[in-house]
Amino acid sequence: MRNNKLGRLYRDGEVVINKGDEGNCLFVIQEGKVEVFDKNGDVEVKIAELGASEFFGEMGLFEKDVRSCTVRALGNAKILTIDKKNFYKTIQKDPTLAYRLLQKMSFRLRELNKKVTQN
Amino acid sequence: MRDFSSEHFLLDDGSKIAVIGGGPAGSFFTYFALDFAERIGLDISIDIYEAKDLTCSGPVGCNNCGGIVSESLIQSLATEGIVLSSNVIRRGIESYTMHLEQGSTLIETPLNEQRIAAMFRGFGPKGCEDPELGGFDNYLLELCKMKGARIVQERISEALRTADGVTLNTKNGQKARYDLVVGAVGLNTKALNLFQSICPSFVPPETTKTYISEFQMEPEVIDKYFGNSMHVFLLNLPNIKFGALIPKGSYVTLVLLGNDINMEIAGSFINSEPVRKLFPPGITLEEITPCKCFPRINVKGAKLAYDDRVVLVGDSASSKLYKNGVGAAYITGKAAANTAIFNGISAGAFRKYYQPVCTDLDRDNLIGKFIFSVTGIIQKSVLLKSALIQMVITEQGMENSKRRMSSVLWDTFTGSAAYRDIFFRCLNPLLLLSLVWNINKSMFNLIFRRNEKQQIGPALP
Repeated sequence: MRNNKLGRLYRDGEVVINKGDEGNCLFVIQEGKVEVFDKNGDVEVKIAELGASEFFGEMGLFEKDVRSCTVRALGNAKILTIDKKNFYKTIQKDPTLAYRLLQKMSFRLRELNKKVTQN
Repeated sequence: MRDFSSEHFLLDDGSKIAVIGGGPAGSFFTYFALDFAERIGLDISIDIYEAKDLTCSGPVGCNNCGGIVSESLIQSLATEGIVLSSNVIRRGIESYTMHLEQGSTLIETPLNEQRIAAMFRGFGPKGCEDPELGGFDNYLLELCKMKGARIVQERISEALRTADGVTLNTKNGQKARYDLVVGAVGLNTKALNLFQSICPSFVPPETTKTYISEFQMEPEVIDKYFGNSMHVFLLNLPNIKFGALIPKGSYVTLVLLGNDINMEIAGSFINSEPVRKLFPPGITLEEITPCKCFPRINVKGAKLAYDDRVVLVGDSASSKLYKNGVGAAYITGKAAANTAIFNGISAGAFRKYYQPVCTDLDRDNLIGKFIFSVTGIIQKSVLLKSALIQMVITEQGMENSKRRMSSVLWDTFTGSAAYRDIFFRCLNPLLLLSLVWNINKSMFNLIFRRNEKQQIGPALP
């Protein structure tokens, strides 16, 4: 990957966040893909695959709880972190900044509802 | 008192907005106005008047800027879903290297991320012809186009107030009526004068002259000598408050900030030892300089940058002193869009909802002026500079250190935080205590080890 993308480079298979870790930031994918998965016993269950400009780890911004899933790079990926402290400071001045997060969380909830009813 | 919430001054379905100037402030206004309108189901149209062809290299498509997108703006844009494309980012910056006459030290970003984007506002310096690359301003204009804005490549010659709006005449004789006119013309005096007729109380911002030039080198050479680090200089040179060398692909951009910088002052900086020794030996800098300019920057915000159906944004209104002009364009552009869509386009609406944002920037700049005057004192003092560099070297060498001074310098250099935040962090008793300790240590070193060269910090790129 060239120098002209922001964030930190994660190699294929490298874990970005681990289930159970304490979360204090949001991640935005600048380039590449990640997969979100959880474990059912020893079996990995893939929950989602996310690409450029999508974010993950948003629960860490709003809750004090630990990370609910593991996320790892699918191929090389450049990922930028959004610090919780900076995020809240900015949002205090400009609440509209939260709109896209709410929109995405609403979309994810809708997708989850679909999955639950399908199963 | 005027009723600023009256229907007469509210945007409605079919309302037309003109944005004069296709720089970041104009684009951010357009992007967010169209975004907010879409959210509430309001059908408006926006024409952006930009006479320059921003896809051309050299002065024709240049907007005369150092070309840094700060850490805080990168984070805000990422949260908004705006990810800068790889052809716009000429290099991701992951550290700052501070150079003083006493030595140099590296200040690393948190989490070892590339958190700052080095880019060109236009396509690039004279001779830059890589078709795969692009400029920041054009990238934002493309985003606006995707949102539905129309780009008009014409120059406005006249703006006239009519009973039901503002009419704009172009140099080519075109005429169009608009409900709202947004001025995003930067510090262009001729363009700012256009607004005297439709915004008579407007007092343009105060400015000073800066210096920007480019040095063209092979990317491998830039990697070797500059790395992914922005090099900042606090040298004891007259009129220069701050100098920076910013690596970008095949170019290194030099930015000098200070008081009315001219070629002689710029020359004294370029030929100073700390700057020369950063470049490959034997290189003649004049021969690798495709362009240089003396653009003006905003040092005191405008007054009354609004009226009924008119608002000015970005540098034309208020900016951040010396730093993060693109960030100020984002803040003012978005605030004006927010006001126009949700609160109306009367002078009263802009006064109540937009002006406080500009006032906040202007007040912060007063603290910024104080911070830079303290920096000026440090620049002139060998003792303070020795203490400062010693303090940063110690902090950067400690794994779990809070790195208080490093973070203060980081935010001062990058423009990532408000000046008032930086100021209050400077008052931290532990930071002040450490500073006093390092001043004493440096005084001891200066007296007893006069001929010893200052230690260089962590490995430089």
